[in-house]
Amino acid sequence: MRVRAFLRGLIPFLLIIVLSLPILVGYLWILISTFAQRTYGLLPMDADGRLGGITLKNWVLLFQDPRIWTLTLNTLFLALGLTLGVLLVSSLAAYPLSRIKFPGRKGFLSLTLILHAFPSVTLLIAIFFVLRWIAKIPILGKGIPLIGGFGYNTIGGVTLVSIALQLPLGIWLMKGFFDTISWDIERAALIDGCSRFRTWRQILLPQIKPGLAALGIFSFIQGWSSFLIPYTFIVESRSAVISTYLNFLTSENRPINYGLVAALGLYQLLPILIFYVFTQKYLLQIFSGGMKGGA
Amino acid sequence: MHASNSQKAAPGSSVEALARRKGSLAWFWFLLPSAFLAIVFFFLPVLITLVISLTNMTTATGLSGWTWLGTGNYRKILANPDTVKYLWATTRYVVFTLLFNVVMGLVISLITTHMPQRSGLLFRAIWLLPRITPPVVYILMWKIIAANLPYGILNQLIVKPLGLATMNWIPEAAFLFVVLVNGLVGASFGMIIFTSAIESIPKDIMISSLVDGASVLQRIRYIILPQLRWPLLFVTTYQTLSLLTSYEYILILTDGNFNTEVWALWAFHQALSNYWGNFQYGMGAALAAILVVIGVGMAVVYLRYFRFGELVQEPKIDQL
Repeated sequence: MRVRAFLRGLIPFLLIIVLSLPILVGYLWILISTFAQRTYGLLPMDADGRLGGITLKNWVLLFQDPRIWTLTLNTLFLALGLTLGVLLVSSLAAYPLSRIKFPGRKGFLSLTLILHAFPSVTLLIAIFFVLRWIAKIPILGKGIPLIGGFGYNTIGGVTLVSIALQLPLGIWLMKGFFDTISWDIERAALIDGCSRFRTWRQILLPQIKPGLAALGIFSFIQGWSSFLIPYTFIVESRSAVISTYLNFLTSENRPINYGLVAALGLYQLLPILIFYVFTQKYLLQIFSGGMKGGA
Repeated sequence: MHASNSQKAAPGSSVEALARRKGSLAWFWFLLPSAFLAIVFFFLPVLITLVISLTNMTTATGLSGWTWLGTGNYRKILANPDTVKYLWATTRYVVFTLLFNVVMGLVISLITTHMPQRSGLLFRAIWLLPRITPPVVYILMWKIIAANLPYGILNQLIVKPLGLATMNWIPEAAFLFVVLVNGLVGASFGMIIFTSAIESIPKDIMISSLVDGASVLQRIRYIILPQLRWPLLFVTTYQTLSLLTSYEYILILTDGNFNTEVWALWAFHQALSNYWGNFQYGMGAALAAILVVIGVGMAVVYLRYFRFGELVQEPKIDQL
């Protein structure tokens, strides 16, 4: 009897392990491949096709490539810019939407929701023109050191577009977090003559730190992984961010150095995995609360 | 819940103070940055898409040498023999990926809620991995799974031991891989929604059904599935719209080769990325405009089925 119960408990495990195999195998490969001269299937091989060939050569090659530091900086800028931008702009907008009665509030909220459901990738063609116009603005367009500017073909421009497209989700989530805060302290502050801005800054923001953390981590991951927007709006896209360089290395028509490519892939994946393992609880809030339907 | 006790508690001075604030424009300054970004990157682009779709603008005409075509681009789309091909690719892609997403999401959530809680969490975490993995890294994994000998995992572990012909499977079964690649990402959406729905079914109903002699499968069929009707509808409609307009993974995996060029990718290729370098802005915008109109329409309809009135209630702090 106990054996049968045990076997029956095993069924869901067997099923889900089989179903999860494609995911697990992919991660396993990337781990093995970064430390191997080459891999046949999942087995590390040396140059002569014998089992073995464990090496750190791929990582050495990766960090010898002078491009990697520019790419990392650019990607980091995009990720941090997106995080700070989304946090600031959406927590600002969410405050009056949650707390103040003003004409047009309902309309603004409905628009936020509609834009949240609306598939923003369909607008990339038109955004191309917007960025080209921004590029014509003196200095702001393409005259800023480090980030280039906010126009077409700059990291700043890519960041700005990413912030804008992330806003509906950000505002909606932030409003949800503000809604859960009791407004007793806030009301006391307002009656004592505290300005709305100071109330937002000193009373409300400290109370939604978990919410800010959740949205912040989510935005960082989005920015760090982002491919389509930099690929579309930066001309020399291979030297833009890690994603686009990796795509360049793995495109058809050239022999692929899988070891190197896997090292670069793991390099991009690692910070995300670390965030994921330690902040899953926060991230799940976003995934269950307001993410897009996804592919 | 706060409104009731505050109504009588508010002393005269606070009402005055708040009344003064009601006239202030604080809300305007709070909303200004996001309103600006929304105008520049949402509303303006919708207009631009519609306007440019009525022109013959290309790289060759530039931003000044173009002329109005009226509905010319749309008539060209109707007359183009390739349109049917892309439409068919899109339909196949949306229908099969959607099926995969919903069924897999359901299966994963059912399995993980029928195992010890910690293992369930672990496997759900694994199924979220594809969604948080950078798209290019994720596709790289699929490329190596499908690659030909000696590298390919599928060929090394399954095809060769079975003695079948080995090859690079992506050109061979491109459509299958497109569905799998998108499906493994998309399934986690349903998984999360269905899991929270299953976990919200009262424990006593779940347990008493087994005590009464129902098998686990019967309980799934007669107790759990009926509770999932609404979440199923929600996931299906939401993902239909996002699948219809998504193309990032296809772009990286096949770039539209091997009959995987879907409508959204077609628009992208026409306007922003093709081999000839003469970008067809007008044509691409017309293709995108069709998706934009469908997108706006579905988003609005979709909101009606949300309990929208509840979501946009008046804030209570000003109702003193």
